[in-house]
Amino acid sequence: MIKQPAPAPVKHSVVVEAPIARAFKVFTEDFGSFKPREHNLLAVPIAETIFEPRVGGHVYDRGVDGSECRFARVLAYEPPSRLLLSWDINPRWQIETELARTSEWEVRFTAEAENRTRVEIEHRHIERHGQGWESVRGGVDSDQGWPLYLQRFQKLFSRAG
Amino acid sequence: MRGVRSPSGLTGQSSRPSFALVATNAKYWAALGDPTRRTIFELLVDRPSSVSGLANVLPVTRPAVSQHLKVLKDAGLVADTRSGKERIYRIDPDGLAAFRAEIDQFWMKTLAGYKLTVEQPTKDET
Repeated sequence: MIKQPAPAPVKHSVVVEAPIARAFKVFTEDFGSFKPREHNLLAVPIAETIFEPRVGGHVYDRGVDGSECRFARVLAYEPPSRLLLSWDINPRWQIETELARTSEWEVRFTAEAENRTRVEIEHRHIERHGQGWESVRGGVDSDQGWPLYLQRFQKLFSRAG
Repeated sequence: MRGVRSPSGLTGQSSRPSFALVATNAKYWAALGDPTRRTIFELLVDRPSSVSGLANVLPVTRPAVSQHLKVLKDAGLVADTRSGKERIYRIDPDGLAAFRAEIDQFWMKTLAGYKLTVEQPTKDET
């Protein structure tokens, strides 16, 4: 079959002026307050973003109408040093239900000083989302696929213009 | 779909657009907004094909097919390889480049926001 090199993991890090325990706490408890607001796959504005602090929990947006978008699963929860989560949004910007086709992101917290913490993000296995492009057809044809998204996409511009 | 080329003004500016995530990916969506390109895309999902192979089953000229393929290629949705004299087009299984770029943006913004939040003086710490 067609083999292509896997995309490199996305890596970012930041050093914050805060003790490691606080760095971890804010990252998890306040995730919704710094996640870019416009990153919302719900049809309505987000009322809140919930980070369930346990393995098996989810990170999800809850819309003002009560609808939910569960876009990540908590795979490891190790305060104050590490988090591992799945990324369940596919390249068509829908929630991916096939777990084999989801990527993962790891967050590592390292104390550099009493009041300074390095936070590193590695988002990897992005190529897993590419598995099953052959099934794109179903997505394209269904009402939930491109037509719906394009419709919303266009609405966005007509509204903005 | 012409005016959607430059969506960057939408992100962060307007308070409402819940689909700005998608909007930042405009090339991607604009590429499939055209019915002929959608058809080409779907034909390529079925099987890789050359320009003439596509032109044979479509009511458009070969140059038109080439133009459409260029748009799809720029959007990272199709890839081509040379086979003898022809170029064979197929779905880019790593149409993931755009997706990766989006994720990259997401984390950049998220960490910037995180730094601001975490370094705020603690008011109601219990």
